Amino acid sequence: MAAKTLTIDGKEISAEEGATILQAAEEHGITMPTLCHLDGVYDVGACRLCLVEVAGTPKLLPACTTRVTEGMDVKTDTERLRKYRRMTLELLFAERNHVCAVCVANGHCELQSLAYSQGMDHVRYEYRFPHWEVDNTHPLFGMDPHRCILCTRCVRACWHIEGAGTLNVSGRSAGSHIITDLNQPWGLADSCTRCGKCVMSCPTGALYYKGSTVSEMERDRSKLEFIVTAREKKQWIA
Amino acid sequence: MDRQDLLKIKERELARRKKFTLRCCMAAGCISANAEAVKAQLEKTVADLGMADDVEVRGVGCLKLCCQGPLVQVDPRGPLYEKVTTDTAPAIIGSLKGGKANLSQADPHHPFFERQQAIVLANSGQVDPERIDSYIAADGYLALHHALTEMTPKEVLDAIDASGLRGRGGAGFPTGLKWGTVAKSPGTKKYVICNADEGDPGAFMDRCVLESDPHNILEGMAIAGFAVGADQGFIYVRAEYPLAISRLQLAIKQAKQLGVLGSGIFGSPFNFNVDIRIGAGAFVCGEETALMMSIEGRRGTPRPRPPFPAESGLWECPTLINNVETFANVAAIIRHGADWFAGIGTEKSKGTKVFALAGKITNTGLIEVPMGTSLRTIVEEMGGGAPDGGRIKAVQTGGPSGGCIPAEAFDVPVDYESLGQLGSIMGSGGMIVMDQTTNMVEIARFFMEFCKDESCGKCVPCRAGTAQLYALLTKIIERRATARDLQILEELCDLVKHTSLCGLGQTAPNPTLSTLRFFRSEYEALLQPELPNGARATPANHLVTP
Repeated sequence: MAAKTLTIDGKEISAEEGATILQAAEEHGITMPTLCHLDGVYDVGACRLCLVEVAGTPKLLPACTTRVTEGMDVKTDTERLRKYRRMTLELLFAERNHVCAVCVANGHCELQSLAYSQGMDHVRYEYRFPHWEVDNTHPLFGMDPHRCILCTRCVRACWHIEGAGTLNVSGRSAGSHIITDLNQPWGLADSCTRCGKCVMSCPTGALYYKGSTVSEMERDRSKLEFIVTAREKKQWIA
Repeated sequence: MDRQDLLKIKERELARRKKFTLRCCMAAGCISANAEAVKAQLEKTVADLGMADDVEVRGVGCLKLCCQGPLVQVDPRGPLYEKVTTDTAPAIIGSLKGGKANLSQADPHHPFFERQQAIVLANSGQVDPERIDSYIAADGYLALHHALTEMTPKEVLDAIDASGLRGRGGAGFPTGLKWGTVAKSPGTKKYVICNADEGDPGAFMDRCVLESDPHNILEGMAIAGFAVGADQGFIYVRAEYPLAISRLQLAIKQAKQLGVLGSGIFGSPFNFNVDIRIGAGAFVCGEETALMMSIEGRRGTPRPRPPFPAESGLWECPTLINNVETFANVAAIIRHGADWFAGIGTEKSKGTKVFALAGKITNTGLIEVPMGTSLRTIVEEMGGGAPDGGRIKAVQTGGPSGGCIPAEAFDVPVDYESLGQLGSIMGSGGMIVMDQTTNMVEIARFFMEFCKDESCGKCVPCRAGTAQLYALLTKIIERRATARDLQILEELCDLVKHTSLCGLGQTAPNPTLSTLRFFRSEYEALLQPELPNGARATPANHLVTP
């Protein structure tokens, strides 16, 4: 496989052909905010937080789905991108009811830590305060759509790591929501194998282990990495 | 089936012509005005008077002046009768025997008709869309025959390229370049898709083309399939167009029976089949990647491009996807030559464009004009201005992805670049005229509400951003907003435009941005003063606080 050389934030790096900008950057210690990206499942480019500027391209491109090309000049941290990232986070916070103080994921939440790291210290948009039903019918897990950011990581983990296909997206626009099976209560969803990969992949407190309370929600993402590495590289992480 | 057979069908069809032909518009507009009963009445009267040998009553596609339907055109060179009813229909038959029909007639020399140039709509209102013989009598399928027997795929590609045809779905991507990319993409299986998911509010061009001349689309798709090396086509048409769907189904059946679709067309090794896929009512499925997801039977959500469909489309095969009107130009280009087509229109925008003229305008209907015709010609001359002596304020083109062009800028020639410079887009051809009673902030909110509801919900800026933009516009209209809110609105428009995943989100702010550009004072008139100590004025306390 041929290598490609490119520049990211002024740093000249090489990357494997077919690698995404995000993979190439991470390999060289350059980080950028992501939310819908999850190692092990295919990328969808939905959260728009990893948008980068590529010289010669008028449009901003998502680093997670854009493949590297020879001589590419990428900027991941411009004033314009920082502003857009803050605004996108503001939109997410205003969209549903993200109340950190009473959330199981407080302190272990990717949305929360991104707000800190990107300097999003206030929300200028009207809070929408939508009303959703919390699904606590499953014996092990619960789903609180108020905390969901629709990154669909759980859906992709359910379909592509576990292969169960229990979770899915229903509805359109702001009414989009995660459903189980044919929009049945989760406890009645026959296809669910109770593997818990959805909970492990959730960036916020929308999916949680039942019985956990405020700030107790710690996820073991290494399990996902273990499975995916074993499957793709035939290596067992000890 | 070969060229001789086509010509024989044409001869037979022409020999069938009677002394008089009454062409009754059977497109959706006139049908909703009771055209079917009018046609039945005409047929009954002809039979009753024993004139069946002299008069043919033919159902045809759109006769264009939709606001005056049901329309009946008398051939040869007779008048175009307007607003025909079952009561007045017999008088038309009477007029054929020398009587005088006391019916409203359209002026054939009105600019609405005289300024039109028909390529896409050449057969519309002429041929019977439910009979393939009628299409063949208008030289139908000769272009396909010519392409298959006398041209190589490369020559077809070159012809489309040289014609300068650009995508009629709105963005104006060069069609020849797109076809060439699909042809060059490696792969043994390729697809051709016709995007007939016309969803812009106020747009009905593709609907009329499909209802009036379905075989022209099939022929264009088959030529495209030959050029790019595809053997399967799909027409993705929205379920809200039942008449278009049934006419397409009938057309495909007839074309297969005659052997102009299917295996070994015209004795060549080329196979081409067309199937219909019916949309379930999501506007976003007009976006090409979402449309392909929908054809595959999945949730219709867009995906990032690249890879473009030309490289990896339907089931990851190279896929050519064009709009209805684009395919409608293809057969004519092959028949008359690329030079003929390239001679029409402007330097960068070739050919004609079909517009659906609607809103506060006297002559509502379908028009096809050469590219470069000015908006003033279209709106004031052809459209006849606003009804009841109103003053036209603006024209909205491009639907929820387009913008509002103010009356001061009506001298702009209609082409892709000029409309883009005005913050609008050519769009698929919806043209909504607004008069002085229209509140532009309300218009902006209407389109934002549309985009908010039709966002697929996948990416954050479009899903959450349009909801916030709608809330901000509502706040302005309800006189609860301050200058700060207007600033937030503009910043958010910028975010949604530049960070959304697909065209729906990227263009959703356009109606708001263009009305802000040309009608900013209407926004500012609704703003409330910012109160000291940071409090916001509400309508109530604003009234009591000087």
